[in-house]
Amino acid sequence: MSTQQQQQEPESQESPKDPEMKGAESPQQRRLKDKESGMVDEHAEKEAEAADETVHLKVFRYDPEVEAKQEPRFDDFHVPFEKGMTVLDAVMYARDEFDSSLTFRHSCRQAVCGSDAFFVNGTQKLGCKTQISELEQPVRIEPLPHQEVVKDLVVDMDHFYDQMHAVEPYFQDEDTPESDELEEQRQTPENREKIKMSSRCIWCAACMSSCNIAAGDNEYLGPAAINKAYKFAMDDRESEDIKAHRLRILEQEHGVWRCQTQFSCTEVCPKDIPLTEHIQELKREAVKKNLKFW
Amino acid sequence: MYEHDVIVVGAGGAGLRAAVAASEAGADTAIVTKLHPVRSHTGAAEGGINAALQEGDDWELHAYDTMKGSDYLGDAPAVETLAQDSPKETMNLEHWGMPFSREEDGTVSQRPFGGLSYPRTTYAGAETGHHLLHTMYEQAVKHGIQVYDEWYVMNLVTSDDTDPNDRECHGVVAYDVQSGQIEGFKANNGVVLATGGPGQAFDHTTNAVSCTGDGHAMAYRAGVPLEDMEFIQFHPTSLPSTGVLISEGVRGEGGILYNNDGERFMFEHGYANNSGELASRDVVARAELDEVDAGRGVEDEYVHLDMRHLGEERILDRLENILHLAEDFEGVDGLVEPMPVKPGQHYAMGGIETDENGQTNINGLYAAGECACVSVHGGNRLGGNALPELIVFGKRAGRHAAGDDLGEPQIRTGYGDDVEDDDTDLPVQPGAAGIETSDGVAADGGVTADADGLLERAVERERTRVDGLMDKDSGVQHAEIRSKLQKAMTDYVNVFRTEEGIKKALKLIRECREEYQDVYVDDPSRTFNTDLQMTYETRNLIDVAETIALGALVRTEFRGAHWRQEHQERKDEEWLKHTLISWDDGEPNIFYRPVILEGQDKTYEPKVRSY
Ligand SMILES: Cc1cc2nc3c(=O)[nH]c(=O)nc-3n(C[C@H](O)[C@H](O)[C@H](O)COP(=O)(O)OP(=O)(O)OC[C@H]3O[C@@H](n4cnc5c(N)ncnc54)[C@H](O)[C@@H]3O)c2cc1C
Ligand code: SF4
Ligand code: FES
Repeated sequence: MSTQQQQQEPESQESPKDPEMKGAESPQQRRLKDKESGMVDEHAEKEAEAADETVHLKVFRYDPEVEAKQEPRFDDFHVPFEKGMTVLDAVMYARDEFDSSLTFRHSCRQAVCGSDAFFVNGTQKLGCKTQISELEQPVRIEPLPHQEVVKDLVVDMDHFYDQMHAVEPYFQDEDTPESDELEEQRQTPENREKIKMSSRCIWCAACMSSCNIAAGDNEYLGPAAINKAYKFAMDDRESEDIKAHRLRILEQEHGVWRCQTQFSCTEVCPKDIPLTEHIQELKREAVKKNLKFW
Repeated sequence: MYEHDVIVVGAGGAGLRAAVAASEAGADTAIVTKLHPVRSHTGAAEGGINAALQEGDDWELHAYDTMKGSDYLGDAPAVETLAQDSPKETMNLEHWGMPFSREEDGTVSQRPFGGLSYPRTTYAGAETGHHLLHTMYEQAVKHGIQVYDEWYVMNLVTSDDTDPNDRECHGVVAYDVQSGQIEGFKANNGVVLATGGPGQAFDHTTNAVSCTGDGHAMAYRAGVPLEDMEFIQFHPTSLPSTGVLISEGVRGEGGILYNNDGERFMFEHGYANNSGELASRDVVARAELDEVDAGRGVEDEYVHLDMRHLGEERILDRLENILHLAEDFEGVDGLVEPMPVKPGQHYAMGGIETDENGQTNINGLYAAGECACVSVHGGNRLGGNALPELIVFGKRAGRHAAGDDLGEPQIRTGYGDDVEDDDTDLPVQPGAAGIETSDGVAADGGVTADADGLLERAVERERTRVDGLMDKDSGVQHAEIRSKLQKAMTDYVNVFRTEEGIKKALKLIRECREEYQDVYVDDPSRTFNTDLQMTYETRNLIDVAETIALGALVRTEFRGAHWRQEHQERKDEEWLKHTLISWDDGEPNIFYRPVILEGQDKTYEPKVRSY
């Protein structure tokens, strides 16, 4: 079969290498064949390895609708360990192989969607960003504290979203360009740098869950929302008036002044956002502005 | 029942842009999305947005690069629209506050990307998609658009006319993931599908777990053809263990690919003597696998991507996110060691067939973003061309659905007199697209009911289906079928494809389909039942996988990302046409429509793609 394909040079010649496949099997095919013919007994090897090493998970379970789960409990799972395995990988394995009712949010597997913040061995962490090998066993996985549990590891996020929305989280300069104009607003690289960290928030709610003040005061805007406001307030592209408006929102009773600089939010933020620092800076801005007014 | 003028399904970049545009055009607009908007996969995009912004660049060059990159399978009217509208739309994002990376003078920065003749990729660090998604969501909040988040759309509600081109879409059926409640959503003007890619059809993918091709499958079952599904982009630089993407931005900034012998193989082995690492994605992906195949791969599996020479300052400035990804997901410090990379499923060039206004052949049904195929990417998408597609065509779909007149489209859709029927005798018998009978088209028995009646019946049907799935207490679980399907696709419909392999895949897909007849949901709870949701998704994946494999089988040539061992050339006489697969009378029907190479002022003559 090999000669036939060889005589045909591809018209698109971006890759002179391709025809050199010599009509042979594709790499995948070859590897597959090797596997099938038992040349590489990879599978068996892996199984043996895995059997050696398992991870012990203790996972929080609760379901208001299922009688057996109405009383919160912990379930034990023993999951075969693989190099590079994350907490998310482990719970996915437990779900797919042992108990399809095990429920948690997840999507991107790469720390950008913010849906899998759990309470892992007593700290707020993103499941997909936490290597199992770094953790002490058994690994305790619980839903985020201070948030209502919907089921298993899923918490109600409504309050978090409400607080995010309360700071008017949208750009408020109204000079969208006329039809064909292409002129951008100017922003110095320094100013962009200033807001850079604050703009990384993925709305995972780890910070809110770790914050003692937020736990005691339901109306406190909380670190994530304040950080969101910081992103806009510090962006030079918005006008001074709007900045003043933003600071007024932040200065209200349940705003920045509630923060007691305990740094727990900063510690748990998976995006390394210096939340406490941002809150402090906004306090200083608010004071400056008030001095100006009075 | 809920009722709105325009209902947008999905809240990634495309869905949000469509919703904002519809709302700006005066329509009462709602978004129904299975994930909260900021969780959408657009947030994972790293590299940037192509837009001809600078002097020295212009939209015509962008259009030319895109046509060439598409291997002449893009439709010129769509490609030119993309290139013309992208600068304005990108600037719009800037005015909405998107934090783009900046030059010293305060203007937005641009960088080179693969296959581009000018450095026109506008970016925000290596987190462009995150910023785009959040900026767009902020606009949706500002417009007060109603968002039904964590609502899973199960099916479309369309009329039942025999000819799909006569059908009308009246809304969707969805269920509230938190409560399990199933409801109808009536759309007075139109439904816009913006459900993203189908990457989960493969097991090594850069796509999120939520990328299950739901929109593709729903449109397909309702009578919309899926176009050019065989063209799947495999990104050359994904991390071997997880599939997490290392942006093309790394190569754009000067990152180098090495094989196990320390050779810069793109040059040393002549894969792309001019562009090297920055050749188009399909070229680099094949080169990597060829290297591995020739025994020059690292651990017989991957190659190395090295960015150390760029220096810590530049890396931290422009590619910081990459350092985190390599560290968190592969345990590699990109500042001191090269990163392991291999090709991974990344993007679907094909999708729901639409015209340049986002409309499908079904009246009132639109699609935009990765789930759609307008077609701008043809056989191969250039890096940085998906994000502009979201905002350009998302906006158009939203406006048109809201009733704005965008003029006559030049691209035609649906089965018509301009198509060519497929007469190949399919060597395998593909399965029927629907698992149960009487699916997809809303009404049974040939009676065209009014919209409300159609909605009620569609809701009833989904309720019955869910009851059926949940009442059963044994059978097969979705996870088993899904992993079998993903493996079949990765083994046989990957970067390199053979007739024999594709047929094997089709056989396995059919087995999945049969096993699915016996699927059941183990979790008895109506509260946040992800078991149920994934069972629905798996069914969609089966439909989508089948169209990918069928397209790959019938396209007997080598174009763009579609490589066929038995057909090592691009056959322009025969194959300058789109593959269309529609579901008719319970089985896939294949036909073709010619590519439009005539642009506004010029015709794009197919040329050899050399890099
Ligand atoms: C890792 C990565 C990096 C990339 N980098 C770039 C880049 O640098 N430049 C570029 O141009 N392109 C890039 N791309 C491609 C681009 O990001 C995607 O094509 C694009 O973001 C898809 O956007 P979308 O709006 O179509 O879909 P998504 O963002 O995937 O959104 C889909 C939406 O649909 C919803 N949905 C799906 N199914 C249902 C259902 N049944 N019911 C209700 N809602 C549903 C989801 O909840 C979600 O909101 C990248 C892609 C990946 C994977
Ligand atoms: S600030 Fe950090 S911890 Fe808080 S929601 Fe955002 S990413 Fe999560
Ligand atoms: S799965 Fe997206 S952040 Fe973890």
